[in-house]
Amino acid sequence: MTLLITVFAAIVCTIVWYVRAPKSNMRLGTLCLMYWGASVMWFVDAVFEYIELKDAFFTPAAEDMLNDAFLGLSVVALGLVIWLVIVLIKDPKGVVKAALTKKAE
Amino acid sequence: MACFLVPAGEAIVTTIVTKVIESREKAALAEMPESSDTMEPAHKPLIAPKLKWLNNMLWGGSALLMFEHIWHGEVVPWFPFLTAAADPADTAEMLSEMSTVGVTMALAVTGVWAVMAVVSSVIGKRRSPADEAEEEGAV
Repeated sequence: MTLLITVFAAIVCTIVWYVRAPKSNMRLGTLCLMYWGASVMWFVDAVFEYIELKDAFFTPAAEDMLNDAFLGLSVVALGLVIWLVIVLIKDPKGVVKAALTKKAE
Repeated sequence: MACFLVPAGEAIVTTIVTKVIESREKAALAEMPESSDTMEPAHKPLIAPKLKWLNNMLWGGSALLMFEHIWHGEVVPWFPFLTAAADPADTAEMLSEMSTVGVTMALAVTGVWAVMAVVSSVIGKRRSPADEAEEEGAV
């Protein structure tokens, strides 16, 4: 479930990046790569788990699925928070700098 | 248990390599003359921007996986930070997982990046539809 949610986040993010490119300077590419990197890693983890559990891998308990879904959503939220921090620090549109300069004046 | 540490370790190495290559490429670009009469490309394609893709994938993936390990109580904010490191039997299992799952994760991400880099080079060499339309208009 965590893998699935992260893959969907990566796909949506990539579509938004493609639609807005090349004009956008919001560093959406960084967010896409972050989600894709995590998706690849969780895919490898899932393959190893499948090798160990065989068919049981596809029939998880409802409680585990719910926990994994919460984890997946939390991971997506964390990814967005990391991206937001990067955008605010890099400040590609100069908004933060302008706001701080205005306050100082 | 701690499989994310292997891609995180690779991320540290690739970030250092990226910084070194980036500074060399910047120096090489600064030394180049501004205009050239030849039809040859002005410079080789830059490697550092592509290495940054790998860094983002490795750092981002490791950070999100570390969160998963915190969620499952495998990473804690006190020494030795990994619950598996407290017990020798668990430590052996953790190291075994790192050498199998962790290494495969790092190789998989690097493999995906390598494919991305090759495909982007091919796309970069290909003429864009805009270029083709411009060429047809000139004829």
